[in-house]
Amino acid sequence: MSYKNQQTLGVGAFLFVVFILIPWLIHVSGRWDFYYTLTSVALLSIASGGVWLTFYIGRINIGQGAFALAGGYVSAILVVKYGVSFWLTIPLAGLFCAVAAVLIGLPILRLRGVYFAMITLVLTEVARLTALALPITNGARGISSIPLPGELSIFGLTIIPDFSTIENVKLAFYYVAAVLMVASFAALYRIVNSRIGHLCRSLQQNEELASSIGVNTAYLRVIAYAISSFMGGISGAIFVAISRSIYPASFPVKDSIDFMLNCFLGGLGYVFGPMLGTLVIYFGWDVLFTTGKYQLLIYSSVLILLMLFLPNGILSLRLPGRKGVRK
Amino acid sequence: MEQVLANGAYLGAQYALIALGLTLIFALMNVLNFAHGQMYVIGGFVTYTVYAQIGLPFVVGLAASAVTLAIVGALIEKFLFRPVIKKSVREESTMLLAAGIAFFLDAIILLVFGEKQRGVPKIINGVFNYNDFTMVMPYDKILVGFLAIASIIIFILYMQYSKTGRAMRALAQDKVAAQLMGVDVDKYSMIGFALGAMLAGVVGGLLVTVTGINLGMGGPTSIKAFMMVMIGGAGVISGAIAGGFILGMMEAVGLSVLAAYGDITYLAIFVSLMVFLAIRPQGLMGKPWG
Repeated sequence: MSYKNQQTLGVGAFLFVVFILIPWLIHVSGRWDFYYTLTSVALLSIASGGVWLTFYIGRINIGQGAFALAGGYVSAILVVKYGVSFWLTIPLAGLFCAVAAVLIGLPILRLRGVYFAMITLVLTEVARLTALALPITNGARGISSIPLPGELSIFGLTIIPDFSTIENVKLAFYYVAAVLMVASFAALYRIVNSRIGHLCRSLQQNEELASSIGVNTAYLRVIAYAISSFMGGISGAIFVAISRSIYPASFPVKDSIDFMLNCFLGGLGYVFGPMLGTLVIYFGWDVLFTTGKYQLLIYSSVLILLMLFLPNGILSLRLPGRKGVRK
Repeated sequence: MEQVLANGAYLGAQYALIALGLTLIFALMNVLNFAHGQMYVIGGFVTYTVYAQIGLPFVVGLAASAVTLAIVGALIEKFLFRPVIKKSVREESTMLLAAGIAFFLDAIILLVFGEKQRGVPKIINGVFNYNDFTMVMPYDKILVGFLAIASIIIFILYMQYSKTGRAMRALAQDKVAAQLMGVDVDKYSMIGFALGAMLAGVVGGLLVTVTGINLGMGGPTSIKAFMMVMIGGAGVISGAIAGGFILGMMEAVGLSVLAAYGDITYLAIFVSLMVFLAIRPQGLMGKPWG
């Protein structure tokens, strides 16, 4: 079987599992709570995918929580205060984050390595403080009792029905999140395997060399950061619709660090690494919930041990090369 | 105005001491120690246990904090950072490890000391009153401020004139050259990490007398330390001190000037930090690109 066929088969199997097998398994086993878990995994992996893209240009991004929070607030404010349709607020939240990322990114993307990591971490904290201070975000009380998403129709044709009329909202949200996750990662895969992707790889390896042969490094960095933040924004927007509330503490620093951990854990050389990493970390954390107060202790010990014995990510087990494995 | 300046100097002295430890570790090993805030919290809890619960003198508590953190730091360096740095192919791995250690220490603090806010009895009572209430400063704050400044001076002298300090400065300047001159990298990395952790512990022990201590203080402390290091330039001792005092002053001034507009001090500080970094990415005294 040729590589192309294998690839098609793999994608087909993945889509089958996500859209048919999992809903069927949940239906059979009656574990409806898994929908919430899997929806969260899908959304978090979108945000982690964004972080992964900034890793791809050689920057350590610990600021995705800030953009998820911003996206969530944009969506919540538009829906609650201006009555905009929720479906329209998803791209708007993404665009808002992308524009913000361009403005913030222009100065800070000149920083490298640890400097960039530090300032993005600070950014997460600042997003929280901004949400606390601004009048429109309603301070520490946050925005709650956000209505469920309404109907989406084009020319009178209903594409997505009103969520308040659907009897199984959890399943509906699962499908929304899964579709978006698939779309995001397809886009990410396309970006990475395009001309821009190759240029990004050149940034990761040697920025000076890349710019010396005529790559517009400043432009590329900002574009990659904007796409990354766009993904953070849309995942935050849908999260808000699911939990139907948002507070300044909805996406704390721990979330930003988790997004980064997801990418690391999955392996940085592989587009689908963040998906795998998110799944492992989220489920691991959930399973450890049964251990009560030892949850954090076990979780962090496992992380440390993983770093001691597998410092290059889970996927490095299977893949011999680290960077640019895909042909 | 005198009040604001005094508050700023007091905060700055504490902050500088925190930033010093972080920047020392960074300079020696190129590791961003996420767990620095948690080390500070442990220091506070150790002092609390020795001074408030067992009832020994405050100085003993402070020394206990310093020793505990030095041991913790040395162990973390020897058994966690050293193998990972040797094995991993990208420098980011140490960051993940540091994040894991931060969570781990948080878990330990939660299990050993609980999640309650803890305070200790005042070390000295009374308030210093300058020029008929234009400036008021409790005596314990003044003492803590002077102890912090004294620690900074001792640290600088140690780095400047002792053999260990000279070896560490050489390592920070050029690792390969230092190795060629016979500096034992492993040994001095361990000493440096222990020293950095010890400084965090000392600040924790000092500040528990003024602000108390709780589990949630670790993360925000790390973030403040990162900001100071960015202002001054990563890996530079004078930069860390400058960054600490600048952030302390900005916070004190911001809290008094911007109070009318709500809680936006840190927002303003961050925006000015961004503008500053756009002009000077390496900080005040840092080497370009760390």
